[in-house]
Amino acid sequence: MAVTGIILVLFLIAHMLGNLKSFAGQTAFDHYAHWLRDIGKPLLPGVWFLWILRGVLTVAVIGHIAAATALAMRARAARPVRYAHRAKVQGSYAARTMRWGGVIILLFVIYHLLDLTTGHLNPVGDPSKPYGNLVADFAPERWYVTLFYTLAILAIGFHLRHGAFSAFRSLGQQTPRGERRARVAALVFAVALCAGYLVVPFAVLTGLVS
Amino acid sequence: MNLTLRIWRQSGPEDKGRMVTYQVDDVSPDMSFLEMLDVLNERLILAGEDPVAFDHDCREGICGMCGMMINGQAHGPQRGTTACQLHMRQFSDGDTIDIEPWRARAFPVIKDLVVNRGAFDTIIAAGGYITAPTGSAPEAHSVPVAKANADAAFEAAACIGCGACVAACPNGSGMLFTAAKVTQLSLLPQGQPERYTRVIGMVDAHDEAGFGGCTNAGECTVACPKGIPLNTIGRLNRDYLTATTKAAGKPGS
Repeated sequence: MAVTGIILVLFLIAHMLGNLKSFAGQTAFDHYAHWLRDIGKPLLPGVWFLWILRGVLTVAVIGHIAAATALAMRARAARPVRYAHRAKVQGSYAARTMRWGGVIILLFVIYHLLDLTTGHLNPVGDPSKPYGNLVADFAPERWYVTLFYTLAILAIGFHLRHGAFSAFRSLGQQTPRGERRARVAALVFAVALCAGYLVVPFAVLTGLVS
Repeated sequence: MNLTLRIWRQSGPEDKGRMVTYQVDDVSPDMSFLEMLDVLNERLILAGEDPVAFDHDCREGICGMCGMMINGQAHGPQRGTTACQLHMRQFSDGDTIDIEPWRARAFPVIKDLVVNRGAFDTIIAAGGYITAPTGSAPEAHSVPVAKANADAAFEAAACIGCGACVAACPNGSGMLFTAAKVTQLSLLPQGQPERYTRVIGMVDAHDEAGFGGCTNAGECTVACPKGIPLNTIGRLNRDYLTATTKAAGKPGS
């Protein structure tokens, strides 16, 4: 869980930084998007680096889901008879929404790939014009797309808040003081990442990026 | 105060069990929760009915025998308190209180609210001990222990093995118990010789007993009547990682 999660988190950070390029204007953003396809040249031909990255991410996602499924199945088996009366969440809300939150995030990722990678669900859908796709996607009249992205990003934020803390713990964070620090770090990181992702669609919505 | 109780009744391990409603009147707010159940049981016995079976022993919060889900919370609504030390003043007149046994595959119901917590003994038997000769207490200063370690070990040693962590865990995991038992020994010099075989053995026994996996949800530490901190699980994880990597094959440090 922790190791695959860390790989995905590193990707999320890089992806967020790349998104922020949209504030540098159409040329810079399109240039960045095309550069992604050329990383590793001339050592690796064509879009090899991108495909290697995609392969690593796919393996990480599958590993992450497999570990989560194994844990969920163990949890179900560990409590064959349910409680008639179950109290509200005592610990962390983020921790208790990891599983369904994860399913929602997976559905969002599929939608997101069809929208802005393959372009099938995008009003422009031209892979050679990523900036155009982006601006068309979050246009004010498509407010529901922005709303869906916002909800999905918030779900990722909750997921990260518990996930980051839990990864520290799984990898041996062991002192009470370290626990407080890990919780604060996870919260700050989750909020920062959410803000970094959400600022782009809202900039398009409000016309800052057009 | 007058209360409505909905209690899990199950005549034996094979019975399916059901929630049964009882009315208990004239409950004093100064009674403990178990005394309130005693009142109900005396009435049931007088009426020729089967009294509600529940575990209890010391009734002063140190033995770990009592334990039941009270309105979905392990040991009831008061934090850091066992069911026997919970008093009826925590409830209000006219309340309906749901009482259920711990729910876990590793803790099968024996009768009503009594569960078999033998799985905890299996975990202890897999490494929760030291093999140093004991006997009379040695001179306290002969083996120096850092104050911080002594405090943390003592905090973990406060675990009474009641099973509330398992009952409260959304995954039905017994990791807080296992971690407390690992930590109290791994922080002290006496626990070092078997430190790494201990953690592997106890985690394996935990998993084999049918407990769920820990996802650091933190419900256990809230429910724990002894306030065992969640970071003990981090100490267990650290020992487990060391035991499976650089200390692989070594019994201890």
